[in-house]
Amino acid sequence: MNRLRQFVNKAGWPRVIIGFFLLSLFVAAPFAEVSLAASIKDTLVRFGMNGVLVLSMVPMVQSGCGLNFGLPLGVIAGLLGAVTTMEMGITGIMGFITAVILSCAIAAVLGWGYGKMLNRVKGEEMVISTYVGLSSVMFMCMMWLVLPFKSPAMVWGYGGSGLRTTITLEGYWFNIIDNFLAIKIGDFTFPTGLFIFFAVMAFLVWAFFHTKTGTAMTAVGSNPDFARASGIDVNKMRTISVIISTVFGAVGILVYQQSYGFIQLYTSPLFMAFPAVAAILLGGASVHKATITNVIVGTILFQGILTMTPSVINSFLKTDLSEVIRIIVSNGMIVYALTRKTTKVKS
Amino acid sequence: MSQNLTFTEKLKNFFISNAVPILFVVITLLAVPVSGFSANYLIQEMITRIGRNSFLVLSLLLPIIAGMGLNFGMVLGAMAGQIGLIFITDWSIVGIPGLVLAMLISTPISILLGILCGSVLNRAKGREMATSYILGFFINGVYQLVVLYFMGGIIPVKSPSLVLSRGYGIRNTVALDGVRQVFDNMIPLKIGEISIPLGTFFIIALLCLFILWFRKTKLGQDMRAIAQDMKVAQSAGIPVDRTRIISIVISTVLAGYGQIIFLQNMGTLSTYNSHDQTGVFSIAAILIGGATVSRATIPNVFIGVILFHMMFVVSPMAGKNLIGQAMLGEYFRQFISYGIIAIALVLHAWRRQKDKEMERRSLRGVKAEKQPQAEK
Repeated sequence: MNRLRQFVNKAGWPRVIIGFFLLSLFVAAPFAEVSLAASIKDTLVRFGMNGVLVLSMVPMVQSGCGLNFGLPLGVIAGLLGAVTTMEMGITGIMGFITAVILSCAIAAVLGWGYGKMLNRVKGEEMVISTYVGLSSVMFMCMMWLVLPFKSPAMVWGYGGSGLRTTITLEGYWFNIIDNFLAIKIGDFTFPTGLFIFFAVMAFLVWAFFHTKTGTAMTAVGSNPDFARASGIDVNKMRTISVIISTVFGAVGILVYQQSYGFIQLYTSPLFMAFPAVAAILLGGASVHKATITNVIVGTILFQGILTMTPSVINSFLKTDLSEVIRIIVSNGMIVYALTRKTTKVKS
Repeated sequence: MSQNLTFTEKLKNFFISNAVPILFVVITLLAVPVSGFSANYLIQEMITRIGRNSFLVLSLLLPIIAGMGLNFGMVLGAMAGQIGLIFITDWSIVGIPGLVLAMLISTPISILLGILCGSVLNRAKGREMATSYILGFFINGVYQLVVLYFMGGIIPVKSPSLVLSRGYGIRNTVALDGVRQVFDNMIPLKIGEISIPLGTFFIIALLCLFILWFRKTKLGQDMRAIAQDMKVAQSAGIPVDRTRIISIVISTVLAGYGQIIFLQNMGTLSTYNSHDQTGVFSIAAILIGGATVSRATIPNVFIGVILFHMMFVVSPMAGKNLIGQAMLGEYFRQFISYGIIAIALVLHAWRRQKDKEMERRSLRGVKAEKQPQAEK
């Protein structure tokens, strides 16, 4: 009993409740005539798709820049990289690698500027990053129309200018990571490549936070005044963290796309930030502290619920409640996290 | 101090403190000829839009006065207003009584949501804007749950023109034929070809008077004191948390009325989207009018509504005529409204940080004389 209580305390009530909810969904799945194997596979694939995007939250949270609602900026860098690579006509694994390299370069530049700006607005990062994200997405909407891309796979059939809203990756690098070393058992496929990729990225973040720079960054996040007193350049650390977050956001969207099969342009980057933020908070991160464990737990829980509610709940209730549940759970989680920290500081 | 400034210094100060409105005047002046709209059309459009939007934008004033920043949570009130409109449409109560009843229905919902919003924001001091922004999305989920699943089922809504064919849930668009523009046409007035919604203007004027009066009351003074310094206000015996909740409640209730006025002018309610942009557009308008996160006046509201909506009307056509794509103008308009909020917030936060640094520097100077403010 005591150990149970300890476990609950450690994991936190929200995670325990949502964990049980998810578990009961899996248990109920066979009764709702939903294939368990397919559900588990979907959850795993979605975990792999979104894992890196959620991971991109960690550096900025750790350095005290708060939740990265400016994730669309990284996503834009990823989209630019992908679209440019397709324009050059590079396909297959080489195409993916080129896209990653290009995106990282763009993301580093954007992240640098973005970080410099966030340094001037300490304390208001979250609301400002939201609007920086929104306005840069709208700016890129104009750019997608105007930029001189030519590849017939990408521009509108009629008119011959302006990129399409969705561009298929079929024939470029569709599922290139998903299918890497994938293990097939009956109709259940384990996307090994996705998991290896996520593990490598997670390891990079973990290793980074054990270097000198990484430790300094954590110090800046937990107490900027103390960090400054011990000779750490606070603004530099924050800028680095923002660059890393943006680069991870760019890589994250590339992984997402190759699994999903389409590049989505125009307003779609707007819908990337909230699920990622909600996932990491669901995993137990706060506005000021996030770990790799938070990322993994949160992504599994969040994506698990997203996968299971449409199939299971809907077949019981005979209606499609999933969208509403998604909105309430993800935003409720963020509000909860935003209100939580103040009480923590007081105690 | 201000008397000692020379004329050029005054001019410079004027330009710096009004940079945003001036920038927009310039953009608008450039875009209007390109769009090719007639003057009559633009004037009519502006008058309609002042009537339609001012009330909503005015509802933002109180939380700014109370130092809580831009109330992104005003969409909560907008949703309450929409629920009121759905009910009166179902009961087919038309004309002014219908709108008044819609307001009466929206009030308790707004008050409840306002208390919720205020209490949440009290737990997130210093992060009000981000929190109220997300809270808007959260309540939007609850709103969808209620309107899309409960109405027609648990909550009685009968009219077949409202309820989806599956038996529950409200349709995507609700025609507000019974109450369309009844406030606008309450006192009909036409000058030349331009019709003026005098009734709505009258209501807006009443609200302005209310705000002017409210600022002078004890409660209004308390709010200003809290905005200055929460701790000092607390020790002066002002119930800080309670006053903050009241300012949000009033703002939410006003936003609900504002949304009803907005929708009676539009004539149709799009059940799941009408409130989406309310917050963003109102906030962009007040910022374009020269308000900041911590200071806003009634003139800011009207200047902002005119400038923002002038750009709103003109930019799609200007985009089409310049580059040949109307979509480009549409994106440009959204880019501007989000971008202006971002810039205004950045400028405000930057200035505040600079002030803080200055304060720290001045403390360093006083150090020799033993800091007098060693309280706590």
